[in-house]
This record gives sequence, C-alpha cells and structure tokens, in this order.
Amino acid sequence: MRTLFTVFVKEIIDNFRDRRTLASALIMGPLFGPMLFAFVINLSIERSLDDLDRILELPVIGAEHAPNLIRFLRSHNIEVIDGPADRAAAIAAVTLGGQDVVMIVPEEFGQQLADAIPAKIELISDQANTQAERDARRVRSALTGYSQELATLRLVARGVNPLVLRPINVDEIDVSTPSGRSAILLGMMSYFFIFALLMGGMYLAIDTTAGERERGSLEPLLSLPVTRDQLMLGKIAATCVFMAVSLLLSLCSFFVALKFMPLEQLGMTPNFGPDVVVAAFFVLVPFTLLGASLMTLVALFTKSYKEAQTWLSIVLIAPTLPILIVSILTLRPQLEFMFVPSLSQHLLLVDMIKNEPVNMLHVVISVASTLALGAVLTWICARLYRREGLLG
Amino acid sequence: MIAVKDIHKSFGKVRAVRGVSFGAPDGKITGLLGPNGAGKSTTLRVLYTVLKPDQGSATIDGSDVVSDSLAARKRIGALPHGAGLYPHLTARENIAYYARLCGLDKQAIDERVADIIDLLEIGDFSDRRTKGFSHGQRTKVALARALVHNPQNVILDEPSNGLDVMATRSLRELILKLRNAGRCVLFSSHVMQEVAALCDDIIIIANGKVAIDDSVEGIRNRTGCDDLEDAFVRAIEMVEAG
Repeated sequence: MRTLFTVFVKEIIDNFRDRRTLASALIMGPLFGPMLFAFVINLSIERSLDDLDRILELPVIGAEHAPNLIRFLRSHNIEVIDGPADRAAAIAAVTLGGQDVVMIVPEEFGQQLADAIPAKIELISDQANTQAERDARRVRSALTGYSQELATLRLVARGVNPLVLRPINVDEIDVSTPSGRSAILLGMMSYFFIFALLMGGMYLAIDTTAGERERGSLEPLLSLPVTRDQLMLGKIAATCVFMAVSLLLSLCSFFVALKFMPLEQLGMTPNFGPDVVVAAFFVLVPFTLLGASLMTLVALFTKSYKEAQTWLSIVLIAPTLPILIVSILTLRPQLEFMFVPSLSQHLLLVDMIKNEPVNMLHVVISVASTLALGAVLTWICARLYRREGLLG
Repeated sequence: MIAVKDIHKSFGKVRAVRGVSFGAPDGKITGLLGPNGAGKSTTLRVLYTVLKPDQGSATIDGSDVVSDSLAARKRIGALPHGAGLYPHLTARENIAYYARLCGLDKQAIDERVADIIDLLEIGDFSDRRTKGFSHGQRTKVALARALVHNPQNVILDEPSNGLDVMATRSLRELILKLRNAGRCVLFSSHVMQEVAALCDDIIIIANGKVAIDDSVEGIRNRTGCDDLEDAFVRAIEMVEAG
C-alpha cells in the first residue's frame, strides 16, 4: 500500500510538472468541447435566423411567360434574375455547381393556365447538395403556395367553397419541452466529457509505460524491492486522478459556456445547473478507472512514445461508437444499455439534461458495470506488467 | 555475495548467454569483461531480476533471483546500462523516490539522501531538475539512486561508459570505498585498464560463455601474456576455438 501511494504521489508530481500532460489535462480536454459546441450552436442560430430574411436570387428561363408568378415570387423574397441561355445550359450549370437552382417556364405556360390544364414548370436542382436543396425547397414551397392560391381562385370563380379542398385539418400539438429539444443537440455533450476525461490521462498513461521504457527509467525501477503489481496500480491510480480533474474542469467549463450561448433562440433551455454538474460528475467518474486501465493496456503493447500516441488517439474515439449507434437508431434508454460503458453514461446524462427523472437502478448498473470492466482491465495490465517482454 | 550457476538465456534464436557460472564474494570487486554482445548485460539483468534465466539459477546472499526475487532485490543496488532519470524531478527527488520505494522511513530517507549526495559529490546540482543534465551528471544521480538503501550487493552495468576522466576517477574511488566497507561489487566493462586497475577478480565472457575466471595475475599466467589486452584477446580466441 505504501509503495502504491509512493508511486501515485510521484506520478502526480512528475506529470504535474510536465507542460504537455498538464495542457492536455487542464486546457485541451476541458476547453475543446465547449468551444466546438459554441461554434456549432452559433452557426446553426445564424443560419436559422438569416434564412427567411435573405433574398434568394433565382435564375429563371422564360420569365416573360409568367409575369404574375414572378410577382408572387418577388413578394416571397425571391428575386428573379436572368437564367442561362437554354435548358441544356441550365442543367450543365447546376451539375457543375455554378447555379444552385434554376427555374424554367415553358412558352406554353400561359396558354395551359388559361385552359385550366396543369401548367408545366421545371425546377432544376441537385438534391444531394444540402445548401442548394435549402434554396430549392424555398422555391418549391413558394410555387406550391402560388398553385394553391390559383386553385382557390378557380373554385371561387365557379361558386364552390374552397374549403372542399381541405377535407382534413391536421393540428399538431408538440409536447417536447425546451429541455427535451436541447437533448438532441446537447446529447453530444456527453461525448465531450468522456473525451476530456480520456484526454486528461492520455499522456500520463503513455508516460508511465512506453515513456518510462523509452527513457530507460523502467529497468532500474523494476530492480527495486517492490512488486510490479503495486507499481502498476499506483500508476493507474494517478492516471485516474488526472482524468477526474479533467472531467470536473470540463463539466464546469460547459456550465459557464452554456450561460453565454443564446440557446433560447433555438427553443432550448438545457437543464444544466450546479446540481446536474455534480450528479454528472458522479455518473461519469467511474469511467476514469476504465479509461485509465484501457489506455495503459494499449500503451503497454506499444514500443515507443510515438507509437503509443498513435494508438491512444484511436482509443479516444472508441467511446463514441456505442453513442453513435444508439443515436442513429434513436433507441430509448433500456436496462441492457446500462451495461455498456460510455453509452450508459451518455443516456443517463441525456435524461438529466432533459430534466427527466433518472432511474436509480440504471445508475447503479452503469456505475457497477463500468467499475467492474475497469477492474478487469486493471488486472490484465498488472498481469502484463509482470512479463519480461515489457522491457522491449 | 552473488552466486551464478550455469545460466542460459535466449532471445528468440539469439543465444545470448549459454552456461555462465561464477561467484562474486563480499569485500571484493568482481569485473565482468567482454566484447560487445558477449552476454555481460544479459547476465547482469538476470541478477537484478528483470530477466528470468531459461536454465540455471543465481542467488543473491542466498536468495534465488527467480523464486525469491523480492528478497533478492532487497539485497541489491543495480545500475542498468543507460539508466534514465525522471526529467521533471530534481536529482534529490529522483533519489528520494527510490529510497521511499525501498521502504526507508521518512527520517532515514532525508539522512540517507543527504549522505549519498555528499558521497557522490553531486550537491551542486542536486536540487535542479534532471532535464538537461550531462551524461556524467545523470550517471552519478542514477548511481546515488541505486545505492540509497545501502545495498550489500552492488551491480553496475558499464558504469564508466561515457564518463570523463574526473568522473571516472571518482567512480573508481567510490567502488573502492564500497569494497572496503565489505560490499560485494560486480560490474561490467569493456575497458581493460579500468578492470585491471580495480578488480580483484576478473571474469572474461565471450560468446555467452565464461572464458576465464581468475585474478589479474592468474589471467596473465594462464594466457602467457604479460599485457592484459593481449591476454584478453587470447582468452577470447580460446573460447572461439572451442
């Protein structure tokens, strides 16, 4: 126990003096998440705000055949400009990305309208291009509006009540709360916390294994009258502490950052007060043992500091996998998921942010299974540390 | 006291050590001499228990290095080849870390660390972080670290490698002091003059086997060479000839 503590204290002091370890634990991990997050949120707010006010310039071929339609579009913030020479040129321009969307009004448009047969209009766009598709959608919805307006007028002219065209009136009632809507976007917060946590211990995990071997300090250490298990446990304990500190800082920096984000404009009010920060810390902190032992385990197999760095960057991404799969399949929290580390923490955190009651059984299973897996990996690390091949 | 009995060690297809036996008594300096790749380091690494022999056994003051390695480690202070320090700790902290790991209590640690810093004359830079230390400074700190718990047996792997004249001299004096204090000192080298000037017993190793194990005089007589360097070459030729 004394050996374990000695190793622990030494690793803490040693790494606390290492600028790279400190930067990744105290700055890089905790600040990366909130900064990226603020960037994404501000971008999406800007987009949603400027979209409808922005005047869309729509190149049209044959505008002279539909003067009323053009007037209607203009009243919907769509400014018509001269289009390409002909249909072939328009298709080429859209394909190559020169134009986002081009409308073609055929010569016979006016005549078809007068004859009350469906008048043809062509809209050329690239549906795989999301930015262009937004513009196309605006044009399409304006056209639908114009079409409906004409239909209503025609019915009125024939003495028919236009309401016959609306046999059903759908009224949608949205029960999602502002906190609930936040969860969709804020769901990615949980990964930032896990990322910050792992980042905090990454250089320590490398330094205590591959780094120590590369420096040549491992061999004299192993010739001391101590058991290797104690050395390994002391190192993993120190890594855990760095990870926990990094996690705590990351939670706090998010707490502060959220105050400065205009989330209300997106209809979100995340439930992320001081009490949630504390609760989130206790839900996430068992992950440190798993993270520390996993990183140490991977680093034990590597031959050099550089190699360890490469492999551990992959470990940084690994916890996203379960979160990603569940997010894509939009699965609801279930008991079984609580046995999967990173996923269970993510789901519990989402519940908290949504301000929904957290199932205590789920918390217990999440904590217990994460700690158990961490203990198994720690045991494997200790076993590997006894090997002779360790010295490389 | 160190006793080595017929140890063998292979790394894959490379047979680094094939049947080395010798003894290193207390109060004597025993030198392990041999060309590069002869198996000196591997033998020493088995003795300070970071490698397990494939065959044969070795004891430190009667404790087996495999079955009772913890007890064996308590009795040795080892300076591995190219031993590294922790660059963010000061020299004193590096030494104190080892003292603590060796189980010394707090008061003893301070005393022993101060003593060993005096003994090795490293007081000038003992409170500086070891990052940027010269090779000689690093070696001295590593040596202080290995000796901090006052071990009965001292194993040094090429300790004088890369040291300047002054540092080599003080290392030699230190080794003699240890011998006079009744310690068992075992060190490896490929520098003839050093071994000749210092050692009571010389073990010449070549190709993973012991070529000759004798005093300086004995080696001169047995090889028929007056010059130790000639004797060394002759001994190695004898081994290679089978």
